[in-house]
Amino acid sequence: MHNPQLNKDGKLKHLLSIEGLPRAILNQILDTAESFTGVSEREVKKVPLLRGKTVCNIFFENSTRTRTTFEIAAKRLSADVLNLNVSTSSQSKGETILDTVDNLTAMHADMFVVRHSQSGAAHLIARHVAPHVHVVNAGDGRHAHPTQGLLDMFTIRRYKPDMHNLRVAIIGDVLHSRVARSEIHALTTLGVPEVRVIAPKTLLPQDVEKLGVQVYHDMRAGLKDVDVVMMLRLQNERMSGSLLPSAQEYFKCFGLTQEKLALAKPDAIVMHPGPMNRGVEIDSAVADGMQSVILPQVTYGIAVRMAVMSILAGSNDA
Amino acid sequence: MKIHIKNGRLIDPKHGVDGQHDLYIAAGKVVGIGEAPAGFVANQSIDASGLIVCPGLVDLSARLREPGYEYKATLESEMRAAAAGGVTSLVCPPDTEPVLDEPGLVEMLKHRAKQLNLAHVYPLGALTRQLAGAQLTEMSELTEAGCVGFSQADVAITDTLVLWRALQYAATFDFTVWLRPEDPYLAKSGVAHDGEIAARLGLRGIPAAAETLALEIIIRLVRETGARVHVCRLSTAESVSLLRQAKQQGLPISADVAAHYLHLTEFDIGFFDANCHLKPPLRTQRDQQALCAGLADGTIDALCSDHAPVDDDAKLLPFAEAEVGATGLELLLPLTVKWAQDRQLALSTAIASITSRPAAIIGLDAGHLALGAVADVCVFDPAQYRRIEAKSLISQGKNTPFIGMELPGVVRYTLLQGQLVHQA
Repeated sequence: MHNPQLNKDGKLKHLLSIEGLPRAILNQILDTAESFTGVSEREVKKVPLLRGKTVCNIFFENSTRTRTTFEIAAKRLSADVLNLNVSTSSQSKGETILDTVDNLTAMHADMFVVRHSQSGAAHLIARHVAPHVHVVNAGDGRHAHPTQGLLDMFTIRRYKPDMHNLRVAIIGDVLHSRVARSEIHALTTLGVPEVRVIAPKTLLPQDVEKLGVQVYHDMRAGLKDVDVVMMLRLQNERMSGSLLPSAQEYFKCFGLTQEKLALAKPDAIVMHPGPMNRGVEIDSAVADGMQSVILPQVTYGIAVRMAVMSILAGSNDA
Repeated sequence: MKIHIKNGRLIDPKHGVDGQHDLYIAAGKVVGIGEAPAGFVANQSIDASGLIVCPGLVDLSARLREPGYEYKATLESEMRAAAAGGVTSLVCPPDTEPVLDEPGLVEMLKHRAKQLNLAHVYPLGALTRQLAGAQLTEMSELTEAGCVGFSQADVAITDTLVLWRALQYAATFDFTVWLRPEDPYLAKSGVAHDGEIAARLGLRGIPAAAETLALEIIIRLVRETGARVHVCRLSTAESVSLLRQAKQQGLPISADVAAHYLHLTEFDIGFFDANCHLKPPLRTQRDQQALCAGLADGTIDALCSDHAPVDDDAKLLPFAEAEVGATGLELLLPLTVKWAQDRQLALSTAIASITSRPAAIIGLDAGHLALGAVADVCVFDPAQYRRIEAKSLISQGKNTPFIGMELPGVVRYTLLQGQLVHQA
């Protein structure tokens, strides 16, 4: 099947999902990000790679953090940035996603960074846009959040350079998590030999093992000897109901505490995509502890998004 | 009008006919098979050399979108599509706007269809008013107006007591109740089979149990009430087994499957192809195999198109928000021929599932070509392939997962009561 993310030369045209991307492209993004980490520390935090280009952040679903990091990344590449929060109300007035995209294309945007609450929205937009326009998926429903997956890989690589020798555990609400899906595909593509998911059965998709992961329901067994602990956010509305009885019981069974973390390797790192629910999925002592790399993740997010945007801009068909 | 269809291979599954026989038609009826009746002089003769001559197709599920959804399709556009697909009798579900729950609406629909005179239209009445699952409709009146059965379309009855009573009431008059088995809670907000693809794409799943659980309840209620039930659009392997057991026990139950499910699986969703947003969802290869086998061995009685024309805009949305359904009238025959080819089935067995077998479910004297039968005829080329393209579809709905595919079986002539309604 035609891969909608690559152009005819096999170069990255859109970033919609980690799934289906070759390892070489993931490494290219990570290596490029490496070269951008210095930019943020300079006095003049800019490079001219996207000068004259317009990047349009279209957020059909609210997000401050992700939008801000995309905005900073685009500005550091010298692009003009347009932020658009398409509230659900204007959608209900009848304008469809593609109407919105057409309008912005008419204003000569070169790149769309899109977040939407529905899985597949970024693919839909990528199928529809003019040939010179690039689409970056900033999160679509439960499907994918590829830049988050990439920045997580960047972080892991910084602390654990030998990806072929890692045991990684992803813990929490995999069912509703686009982050988890992107992390799983990124880890398996980069050759991590053992990826575990740890969650109650109500928070795991059917047939999740077909994504190449090992399933654990007991957190203690699942954490044993892992090198990387990746926590997922649990949405408030899912903490009590038919998925879970209570936040307290969830924390007791699946929350990350120092005591449980001690079962992992002594030098294991702890990650979280944010925003955290302290005391629900992660104990504050762990979140702020020695093994936590949660804040570096945020910092690296900018370099990774710069890398993605610069690579896309460089893939225009001649 | 007297028509002589010559040199064709006549396949009439109901009567075990499969061979080179000419067909002679006069006054809308079959008047001769193999040899002309005395004094027959044709006004028109059709050369069917290399072609197959079979009964006009009987489609158990085609949404014509009238009344109420004329922006999606009209009676005329869809009946022309039926004629182009060789379909001469079609059953339409009651989920129009307004819902077909009053005799006047049914009479109007029948009248409009009769005027267009491109296919026989057999409406299903709503089983409950507004399909709301609470109050029964006037089934007896609706039957007099022309309904051939009663259905909830895609809306499940949540209150089991209402379902029980609906079946009891229908059984009183020996009406057939058409139900698509789906537990409304297990299927709630789901858009794809609850399996690997839903896991990968982050789509809400509909487990196979949503169908089998509902089917088990239906089978139990059939046993309790004695009602005749036709279960629609099966999608799982387990359903085929349940149905097989129910039939072995002699329960008055029949079933159909839509043509998509013989050829596609959850994997065909690919990168969120909204044309594969169907209800029930496309399932696994194992389910597909079981449906094919169940249809071939007669456990599943009929194959239908589940024709649902959708306007383009309604498909240009993220997968879950895109409207459900696919256009199908013009694909029913090609998909049947392809099924026969893929599974190495006798063509007459395959054709039975779109002619005589569905006709039997609605108790219709159609779907066969005995002497004296109504001359609804489909003449098609089984060896010719056609590329399915939006612009060549006559239906107003261009939405199908088969766009761009080459499918065998091209309809050349369709006759309705001895009148040529399509020629290509």
